[in-house]
Amino acid sequence: MGNNSHSGTLEHNHKVDDHAHAHDHHDHHETFVSKYVFSMDHKVISRQFLVTAVIMAVIAMIMSVIFRMQLAWPGEKFAFIEAIMGRRWGKDGLLDPNAYLALVTIHGTIMVFFVLTGGLSGTFSNLLIPYQIGARDMASGFLNMLSYWFFLTSSVIMVSSLFIEDGAASGGWTIYPPLSALPEAMPGSKLGMTLWLISMSLFIVSSLLGGLNYIITILNLRTKGMKMTRMPLTIWAFFITAVLGVLSFPVLLSCALLLIFDRSMGTSFYLSDIYIGGRPMEQAGGSPILFEHLFWFLGHPEVYIVLLPALGITSEIISTNSRKPIFGYRAMIGSMLAIGFLSFIVWGHHMYMTGMNPFLGSVFVFTTLLIAIPSAVKAFNYITTLWKGNIQYTPAMLFSIGLVSSFITGGVTGIILADSTLDITIHDTYFVVAHFHIVMGLSAIFGMFAGVYHWFPKMFLRMMNKKLGYLHFWITLIGAYGVFFPMHFLGMSGVPRRYYTNSNFPMFDNLIDINELVTGFAILAAFAQVIFLINFFYSMFRGEKAPQNPWNSNTLEWTTPMAHIHGNWPGALPVVHRWAYDYSKPGHEKDFVPQTVPLGPDEHDGGEH
Amino acid sequence: MTLLYIVAFLLLCIALNQLFKVVELSRDLKTEKEWRPRESDNRLNGRLMLIFMVAFMWFFVWQIYRFGGDRILPVSASEHGVKIDWLLNINYAIIIVVFVITSIFLFFFAWKYYGRDNHRATFYHHNNKLEMLWTVIPAIGLAFIIVFGLKYWNEIMARDNDPNPVKVELYVKQFDWTARYAGTDNKFGIDDYMQINGSNPVGLDTNDVACNDDILVKNEFHIPKGREVVFQFRSRDVIHSAYMPHFRAQMNCVPGQVTAFRFKPTITTAEMRKDPQVMRNINEINAIRTKRGEEAIEFDYVLLCNKICGASHYNMQMKIVVDEPKDYEAWIAKQAKFRAPKGAEEKKTAENIKK
Repeated sequence: MGNNSHSGTLEHNHKVDDHAHAHDHHDHHETFVSKYVFSMDHKVISRQFLVTAVIMAVIAMIMSVIFRMQLAWPGEKFAFIEAIMGRRWGKDGLLDPNAYLALVTIHGTIMVFFVLTGGLSGTFSNLLIPYQIGARDMASGFLNMLSYWFFLTSSVIMVSSLFIEDGAASGGWTIYPPLSALPEAMPGSKLGMTLWLISMSLFIVSSLLGGLNYIITILNLRTKGMKMTRMPLTIWAFFITAVLGVLSFPVLLSCALLLIFDRSMGTSFYLSDIYIGGRPMEQAGGSPILFEHLFWFLGHPEVYIVLLPALGITSEIISTNSRKPIFGYRAMIGSMLAIGFLSFIVWGHHMYMTGMNPFLGSVFVFTTLLIAIPSAVKAFNYITTLWKGNIQYTPAMLFSIGLVSSFITGGVTGIILADSTLDITIHDTYFVVAHFHIVMGLSAIFGMFAGVYHWFPKMFLRMMNKKLGYLHFWITLIGAYGVFFPMHFLGMSGVPRRYYTNSNFPMFDNLIDINELVTGFAILAAFAQVIFLINFFYSMFRGEKAPQNPWNSNTLEWTTPMAHIHGNWPGALPVVHRWAYDYSKPGHEKDFVPQTVPLGPDEHDGGEH
Repeated sequence: MTLLYIVAFLLLCIALNQLFKVVELSRDLKTEKEWRPRESDNRLNGRLMLIFMVAFMWFFVWQIYRFGGDRILPVSASEHGVKIDWLLNINYAIIIVVFVITSIFLFFFAWKYYGRDNHRATFYHHNNKLEMLWTVIPAIGLAFIIVFGLKYWNEIMARDNDPNPVKVELYVKQFDWTARYAGTDNKFGIDDYMQINGSNPVGLDTNDVACNDDILVKNEFHIPKGREVVFQFRSRDVIHSAYMPHFRAQMNCVPGQVTAFRFKPTITTAEMRKDPQVMRNINEINAIRTKRGEEAIEFDYVLLCNKICGASHYNMQMKIVVDEPKDYEAWIAKQAKFRAPKGAEEKKTAENIKK
């Protein structure tokens, strides 16, 4: 991996033409290790992120099925639970209460961070940023490589924590101290919590390395003509996401570091007046509320770090497959910027019931509800993009429409939760679980599926099977709503989250049928993912060969040849003359006009007349 | 047996491999690309969108009918809770209208504009008026929600004005609750976690004479109807959350900190047991319990833990009884007072010591 092989990637786009010829001949010998393992190529790194995320998602999904079985049929014995959880955590097929909490915790952690942050941003930012802005690679291939290897290391540590004697971290994915700080409080707060903190610290490093790279690449390596206002919405979304990550993840790191100090060095940042294990602790003066503030200062932007890339991906896919320009391109950018900005001043809505000053609560009510406005604009703009379109139902398009639906369904309940007055009665109930799974979980995972189906040909040079994609989508959509919609009603009946079983409260006895229904749909949805996995891995090796521009799309990635060449374009970099959304533009024969086509005489760019 | 599984698995793999080969060979013969959506695919998925819309709305209504009737929390047993419910219902009405209308538009357009061959979409990229419209309308709706939300929030969270409220402390540890009453002086004694021991389970400062008439109860606690109850919450170990769903009341219990919430109960336990919705719900519960061979239950208010706190988080309950004031007075008079260790009473009050 010589230095000269990468010199071109850092060059400014205007100068690249002179050196373009050098890129034609990249036959210097790359070994298997340098090409596929310690690769600095954004395309390879993107696929590494994707495959890792798929594996993590499968683990987290199996966990969810296990704890859903426990919730629907408490006390029932399932041989497969013992088979998976082992005799220690699943003796006689009964799930241990501590193991239940560990499953819930690690399921949340993996899904939020490893699948929907690392997996989603890592895969698509890496794949699409250089491709769609017309760059040879990321600004720093080396940092990009480090980003993946930190991610993999942290994934391995997180998964390995499942196999230790005391079990994995089990204080919920939000790991509020003192529960997470005191080994006496629960077995999961022993070594499991230490591993969780180490893993997350490495994850944050990975995220920061990736995020800085994305920002720098977008700002500096756009090809000629690629003005910020001509960038596809995917790139805008990745850009804002990366900014959010760079600003908020360091706060999580400090939050985790202080917890590490409290756990192992006797400090008392988060601890005060505690009596546990039969003795009073000497730590005093700290506040667990400090942790919550630090945690949610990341935690809320994190929601948008998860969601924005999915929204960017679907903007692109809905426009392409409606064969129409995205409606309100500038409003879409504006609303993403507004969401990004507001996401930093709303974290307190997770803390209305912590005893925080009620006045502070009212400020957060105000800022939180403001987010509904740009979100509503986005939803309406998506719907208007479909209007009078000529919708091509690729599996990617189906998942994009699924995203808009879940964004609406889950978004509206956010209005209830944002209201501190109403939060008093539904805080920490299943209503919350329903809300964030639909608006964040489903939307983001639908966006991720859409992205995989849409850009699979770019990633693996082959096509995924369409019919299996249809089947996957419809079962997933039905299963997903079947799982999460009824949970609202559990919340309205007052059922708290993170209960191992509800059967100790007779008042919840007649709600068991809701839990059975939910678990039934969860199992159905899990099987649908098997269809996806078969399609994914099969198509990777044996799918139909992909043509250069299968979806008749405008963006630059489809002007690259169907081969993974170093530097993406043989010869000169493409020059951009128009925005990415000239679909079905009058005056053009075809219903798409790639960004590289020069403007005709009297032709205006984008939304300008 | 294991060997058999392995052989079966290998055979399955071979069979699948052969199947795939057949599919791939036939695929190569076709000129039409398998992955490209045809008009028939678009039509099928468009229709499925419409069918899904109908099914989705039906599922929504069915759930409201099936799960949203007698099972959801009954009428609020506290004064402020009635306001919360009123606001909650208005919010539900608003979001249901928005949810139904936008979902119908989404799935209807998804069906109406499915891709036809030889058809071209309309080039329509923005409309400032339209965008202004759907920025301003949500903004107005939200302004209403914010104003009412904050009005009630300030009322509910306002400091207590009642000169003589019932003071209850909920003290929590893994995994149970203790209620403490302020006693005849209606004043809580000072606490000190260093003094926790078997005879001083909630860590009262035995130097403070105000502790001596405090009353500690477990398993159930009583509050009077029609009087302001001011709760304070303390935790011994980790964060818990005191959730009293029937009173629309909740507050975290944070170690090292005292949190508070107040409400005025308006319905006694006996009255709530006669509420038609509660009776129907309890009958449904008892039918299930009888079938399972468990004893029938009566309605009771409960206090639950609503913040993950460890292995038995799911089983931290305390019964709440709302009495008529005279029954409450009779009950409280029977409760034993906290006994400070001998000699403590002669000491000065804690205020003097801490000065």
